[in-house]
Amino acid sequence: MNSVRIFFVGGQITYRALFHWLTPQIYIPSLVVAPIFQILLFAYIGRSAGLESDEFYVVGNALQYAAVPCLFAMTQMVGGERYQNTLSAILVSPARRIPLFVGRAIPVVLNGAFVAAFSLAAGTAILGVDIPLSAVPALALVILVAAFSCTGLGLINAALSLRIRENAMLSNVLFGFLLIFTGANVPLGELPGWMRTISDGLPFTHAIEAARKLADGASLGSVAGLVGTEVLIGLAYAGVGYALLRFMEVQSRRYASLERS
Amino acid sequence: MRVVRLLAVGWLYHMKMISRSPFEGFGQVIWPLFFATVAFFVFRAGDSPRGLLYASLGAAVMGMWSATSTTAGGAMQRERWHGTLELLVATPPHFALVLLPVTLAMATVGIYSLGATLLYGHFLFGIELSVEHPLLFAGSIVGTVLSFGALGFAFAVTFVRFRAAWALGNLFEYPVWLIGGFLVPLLLLPDWVRPISWVLAPTWGMNAIREAAVGGSPLNDLAVCLGLGALYVLTGILITNRVLDAARRRAALSLS
Repeated sequence: MNSVRIFFVGGQITYRALFHWLTPQIYIPSLVVAPIFQILLFAYIGRSAGLESDEFYVVGNALQYAAVPCLFAMTQMVGGERYQNTLSAILVSPARRIPLFVGRAIPVVLNGAFVAAFSLAAGTAILGVDIPLSAVPALALVILVAAFSCTGLGLINAALSLRIRENAMLSNVLFGFLLIFTGANVPLGELPGWMRTISDGLPFTHAIEAARKLADGASLGSVAGLVGTEVLIGLAYAGVGYALLRFMEVQSRRYASLERS
Repeated sequence: MRVVRLLAVGWLYHMKMISRSPFEGFGQVIWPLFFATVAFFVFRAGDSPRGLLYASLGAAVMGMWSATSTTAGGAMQRERWHGTLELLVATPPHFALVLLPVTLAMATVGIYSLGATLLYGHFLFGIELSVEHPLLFAGSIVGTVLSFGALGFAFAVTFVRFRAAWALGNLFEYPVWLIGGFLVPLLLLPDWVRPISWVLAPTWGMNAIREAAVGGSPLNDLAVCLGLGALYVLTGILITNRVLDAARRRAALSLS
């Protein structure tokens, strides 16, 4: 029961505490307006280059932009605690680690899904992309799965933040790789073979493909394989992230480096 | 002479600071490469008559703007956080002469970003960069850097009363890439967007660099780019005077 409380209540309180600075003054430019401009930028680049439709870029970029809240927020879960001098108090507590860390990921997933959903709706309206209303529930599910999957990668990012001082830099780099490799803007068939291989193991790749098919009128059942793969990828990243967090925690204790990095 | 010395020393000092910051140094150099990579793949796969050279030059200037926009918005705010704003404001030279080298240094980092993007495109995507007028090309780059620094300066002083100035700086990265015509011809944008493009110095700087590269005449574009840059500096100075005057009167320099 205590673990359930830590998972839900602890996760929510931690999110509110660590993101008290995420006021509308910051949230709106960074997570509401910026993704719309990313969509517009790539949609117009696509028009300029004569490659793919507006729908291709709207769906791809809307989902991919969930990487910003998912990657940066998970990193903040460690970096923010360190900044407030509470990291050692958290790690010395007897709380079980799975509810402690994974509970913090729930608000992150929900926020990431909101950012992607809003971007998709706004991009669709601005560029006049036609997505059938019947596809909306299935798209909502795919967006949620995509945000979950990327939050798994964010957990690895958070673990590395126990060692790497410039965690914002690392998040930017990961965001950039996701921009190139996931097929958000470049059709996967246009990427070299080795890049396509990497794409298959990244968050978003399968979700974006599934979302594009749904937007074209496919049923949820027909993309179940893609959605299932995305879930498995998210679970794999979350598992690795959790293991890495525990490893880094032990290393930090051994070398007394928790507050140093 | 003292003004030139102050600008030069300030520029050098901030270049040293930026070069030691992974976020502003390394980060600003590799960040645009991700977007350049996407642009290269998209233009290579598309059927546009605008080739990879068009994308390469556009992506290179994107990097220059990134280096400025993401950091300039919060330049004055950063001095406030460091606790140095009051000292700098109290110095005898005009505060604009202290702040302008900061944004010019940020824009200068963009030259490295530009070079890195062009080399990246050449070695990884085989883009041949043949510059028809090398001197005018170099002059266009310098002019564009100066105007970027000036625009960054205007951002820095305009956003000073805004507590989250850095978020606004980030926000202006994509729009200027798009409206400045770096990778998208202005003709493709809606009609109402074009007047906005015309008052942005990056639009003219981009044109000048492209014209110099393909053998056209960049001088007119460069003149407009520099003229707009001067206008931004003038506007920035007027805003600085007003902001500092208000801050002194209300004793609010370190509050917002």
